[in-house]
Amino acid sequence: MGAYLLRRLSLTLVVLVGITLLTSVVMRLAPGGLTGGVTDLSARASAHEQRKKFIALYDLDKPWYVQYGRWLKRLSRLDFGRSFKDDRPVLEKIGERLPNTLLLNFLSLGLVFLVAIPVGVLAAVKQNTFWDRAVSVFVFVGFSVPTFWLALMLMILFGVNLGWLPLSGLHSLNADEMSFAAYGADMGKHLILPVLISTFTGLAGLSRFVRNGLLEVIRQDYIRTARAKGLPESRVIFHHALRNALLPVITILGLSLPDLIGGGFIFETIFAFPGMGRLGFDAIMARDFPVVMGVGTIAAFLTLAGNFLADLAYAAVDPRIRLSGKR
Amino acid sequence: MKFFLPAGFSVCCLLSACGRDPVPEPALSAADLRPTRGDTFVEASLGDPSRLNPLLASDSASGSVNGYLFNGLVKYDRDLKLVGDLAEFWTVSPTGLDIVFHLRKNVLWHDGVPLTADDVVFTYQRLIDPKVMTPYGSDFALVKSVTAVDPHTVRVVYKEPFAPALESWGIGIVPQHIFQNTDFNTNFANRAPIGTGPYKFQILKTDEKTVLVANPHYFEGRPNIDRVVIRVIPDSSVQFLELRSQSIDSMGLSPDQYMAYDSFFKHHQKFRYPSFSYTFFGFNLQRELFKDLRVRQALSLALDKREIIDGVLLGYGRSATGPFPPSSWAFDPTVPELLFDPVRAKALLAEAGWRDTDGDGVLDKDGKPFAFTVITNQGNKMREQTAVILQAHLARVGIKVEVRVLEWSSFIHDFVDKGNFDAIILGWNLGRDPDQYLIWHSSQKGEGRYNFIGYQNPLADKLWEDGRRTFDQRERQVIYRKLHRMLAEDLPYIFLYYPEALPTVHKRFQSVIVAPAGIGWNFREWYVPKSLQRYRLAS
Repeated sequence: MGAYLLRRLSLTLVVLVGITLLTSVVMRLAPGGLTGGVTDLSARASAHEQRKKFIALYDLDKPWYVQYGRWLKRLSRLDFGRSFKDDRPVLEKIGERLPNTLLLNFLSLGLVFLVAIPVGVLAAVKQNTFWDRAVSVFVFVGFSVPTFWLALMLMILFGVNLGWLPLSGLHSLNADEMSFAAYGADMGKHLILPVLISTFTGLAGLSRFVRNGLLEVIRQDYIRTARAKGLPESRVIFHHALRNALLPVITILGLSLPDLIGGGFIFETIFAFPGMGRLGFDAIMARDFPVVMGVGTIAAFLTLAGNFLADLAYAAVDPRIRLSGKR
Repeated sequence: MKFFLPAGFSVCCLLSACGRDPVPEPALSAADLRPTRGDTFVEASLGDPSRLNPLLASDSASGSVNGYLFNGLVKYDRDLKLVGDLAEFWTVSPTGLDIVFHLRKNVLWHDGVPLTADDVVFTYQRLIDPKVMTPYGSDFALVKSVTAVDPHTVRVVYKEPFAPALESWGIGIVPQHIFQNTDFNTNFANRAPIGTGPYKFQILKTDEKTVLVANPHYFEGRPNIDRVVIRVIPDSSVQFLELRSQSIDSMGLSPDQYMAYDSFFKHHQKFRYPSFSYTFFGFNLQRELFKDLRVRQALSLALDKREIIDGVLLGYGRSATGPFPPSSWAFDPTVPELLFDPVRAKALLAEAGWRDTDGDGVLDKDGKPFAFTVITNQGNKMREQTAVILQAHLARVGIKVEVRVLEWSSFIHDFVDKGNFDAIILGWNLGRDPDQYLIWHSSQKGEGRYNFIGYQNPLADKLWEDGRRTFDQRERQVIYRKLHRMLAEDLPYIFLYYPEALPTVHKRFQSVIVAPAGIGWNFREWYVPKSLQRYRLAS
């Protein structure tokens, strides 16, 4: 197992460096160049002059491999550099977004699992009945509906017309002077709509997966055996079938880890949510290389870590995988 | 930390049914008509301010925050007349080369340090410092020297006369004692600024909000509104919803939002006035296709600007005739407009040799069809819509136009800067001074410069130069009106429209007055009667 771990880890490191190299090359190859987020021209201010100074100061006139080499060297000291936009350390910028994104995604991913598994089981057990179809329609509506439209509609309903929920942002204006409990409650209120919507739109994949997995398992001999033994149907489904059907879900969970730090740009824009999606998107649009590289590296790192963990977990729960390595 | 709490009535309003049941506006009593202090003004911004330093900021989000925090030596008053700001008064020598600013003596920086002439000299030195990433250096290129005569007198000497000089000193003055011996570009104060303005910086939460509080020591007197919050809401339709639920007090509306149901504006007052900007359809004059004036005239005649303004701006704008907005003194109201006349357009095109010889509906000459691509940037719906309407209009006279909408960064770098386009739809935000040397002078052609269409006209060059050198406004008016006419006849651009600014402000704010300068010029005097205040400061 030790050798396996080591091999797996070193491979991961190579892939990580490869990803940063690719990101770097793609960013340089992309058309355009350094511009602020400013999309208007003013007759009095010469953005051109500012840009020229900028390019010289930040070595942007050097070939990409020189820049990449310098970036790698800084990275070895865990220095991600500073954003071109506001000159703040990239790590600090990521650091203030990551918790928000993690919170939102943990909540919605948790809810997705909580809802999708029972829903998938229901659809499988009641295959080809009204329930199966109703569930399918429900999850596919969630999958197909444009997030921004649904978000706006719910905002109008709950925010503007009923006035129950705040519309956007993560805190009320006076949040900084609230007590800790009130602060948490305020944040919870702001999170309801985003979490519900991202859960609803994310149900389809997992619930279908559970449904099909379970349907496959139900046809196995050991299930027939369990039924033949006269076990109650609930025990057959939940004890014998579901446990095996859920095995692949571990892989999905592992693959979902990068989603935890990735944020949807449109989603975050609609909710004025200060998360990773907007940070990365704005950085790409403004060609803010240090931020793009920083976000890319951290996302790549977490993706690889997620895959790695999923592999380990899989090996732990599935003897077939654990043992095949030994042969 | 001290923050503000919605006052009793507002709490339930904010949390419960305020969107559904309009809270009746209480009648104002006589006592309410006297300005009172208190309350918070919540503004929405699409973008996040990047640098709260008036020398480094080039985005409008930073610009609007900096406006509360910093002062220049001069400013524009309600009638767009230059008046003293940090300078009490100034004298200009008869040659115009020598300006002496006499600073106010009662100005304190937000940290209590008095403002002196050294701060002005320091600000100038940073503006011309090649290491400082400022876009505003070009305005100060003609300055020979800036010296502090005494702690409250600054003398500026120019190498040659520069009429926009005075206006250029409206740039925010920055504190020497904060920036001295530090890296100006990366100083901590760029995110926690110290200024002289009516509001002091309190907190900046990236992509969330900026909070400013009234400066009790402001030299013109403390503003009435206790606090200003600028919330970042990156989507305009969400801003509009926040407006309807009274979570924000002010935003700039798009024409369709402005036209929305009256019931959406129960709590808000709408304003409209011309903005200092125009949108144009420009030609790459290096391309053979556009070198013939008759062709440019024909293109202009083929466009039904009325339809563009009605369709794109829903009527909230005015057809443009030249590079100066109607509210500028440089605008010449007698410059005629080329009215929509497709028949004459076709005749002119025929005169220039463009005929549909092969009957495919597209004009051709020497076997080549009259076809070109117009580019504009992504993210500006109005420009995209303009392009589409224009495409339809030109198709009617047999011109084939392709529209390409490009992401901003590559639009600027790979197309505009390099002159790599046939025609372009874009807009200019203008200063109050009519000088547009950077846009039109033939010396400003070349990669990355603003004369990207390659306009070259020695007569116009001379006039732009004269306009910069002449100080007397009446003489300058003559010059700029000539230019207005010249550009309207020469048609390097087809000047499409002057859009209107469409801001809205919550009704509880009193003293909001529209002037030629728009609203907000007297923000210090805005107030909310006690009975209508929605937020109050804790402690």
